[in-house]
Amino acid sequence: MSVNPDVAGRTYPSIPPYQVSREAIRAFAQAVGGENPIHQDLEAARAAGHADLVAPPTFAIIVAQKAEAAVVADGEAGIDFSRVVHADQRFTHHRAIVAGDNLTAATTVDTVRAVGTGAMVTFRTEIIDDDGQAVSTALSSLLVRGEDQ
Amino acid sequence: MSTNTTRPEFEALEKGQEVATRTVELSRADLVRYAAVSGDFNPIHWNQDFATSVGLPNVIAHGMLTMGAAMQVVVDWAGDPSAVIDVQTRFTKPVVVPNQFDTEVRASTALTVSAKVAALDPEARTARVDLTVTAPDLTDPEATADSAAALKVLVKAQAVVACA
Repeated sequence: MSVNPDVAGRTYPSIPPYQVSREAIRAFAQAVGGENPIHQDLEAARAAGHADLVAPPTFAIIVAQKAEAAVVADGEAGIDFSRVVHADQRFTHHRAIVAGDNLTAATTVDTVRAVGTGAMVTFRTEIIDDDGQAVSTALSSLLVRGEDQ
Repeated sequence: MSTNTTRPEFEALEKGQEVATRTVELSRADLVRYAAVSGDFNPIHWNQDFATSVGLPNVIAHGMLTMGAAMQVVVDWAGDPSAVIDVQTRFTKPVVVPNQFDTEVRASTALTVSAKVAALDPEARTARVDLTVTAPDLTDPEATADSAAALKVLVKAQAVVACA
């Protein structure tokens, strides 16, 4: 198998705080075709009861992938990023991400499972705010292709 | 531009109801833009020589761009982005994005997104919305977006929406 199964269960260090800016939310929403005014217009966001602009539901991938990078960078895990295919993704939002949030995140390797000569690796990344409250849980599965795949 | 910021009324929803459809055109420039905003600069999403060197037919879209574009269709229906509390998908087929350039970069493919109510939870007042997302199969360099067969590029693409 192309990935070391011993890394299953391991939690990697948290990323430094990621500060969510209005412009990052606006730019991300535009890049995914998000037309909702609550991503773009502060007055619309406040009128809907939000403290600031609200991020798109997949915005959390920015923070999740920063945390997952620690696993990919771990030579012991043995993940060859050039052979990685994104297999599936899920976000469970405990609350919406809004501009002004300071988010940190840490990734745990939930499972490593052989798929032919390759491996399917599932990461669980818990995203928390600077009060330590849960914001989002990201589950990402990556298929690391084997030599003949 | 959508201006709806009100959550859907739970009682007005029915299982099987189609709540939104959208066609999302994609160009190579859209992939570069998504790379910049997401921080995912894997060259399979912008460099054709690199993509083909690792066995891909051509440059392909980020799976997360396809997922993100599909989920925004749900956001615009849901009115308030914070109503979309859970999103998930499997990535089954790559979305091939050929180069299309004459005097400027142009869209060379398009996602077709359709969203239907699949399940209703009266206690939580949530709706599970299932998405069907297709793109033309442009694996063959001779294929064109108009004539190519449609491929399902996402499966089990679901969003849970908190209703009013």
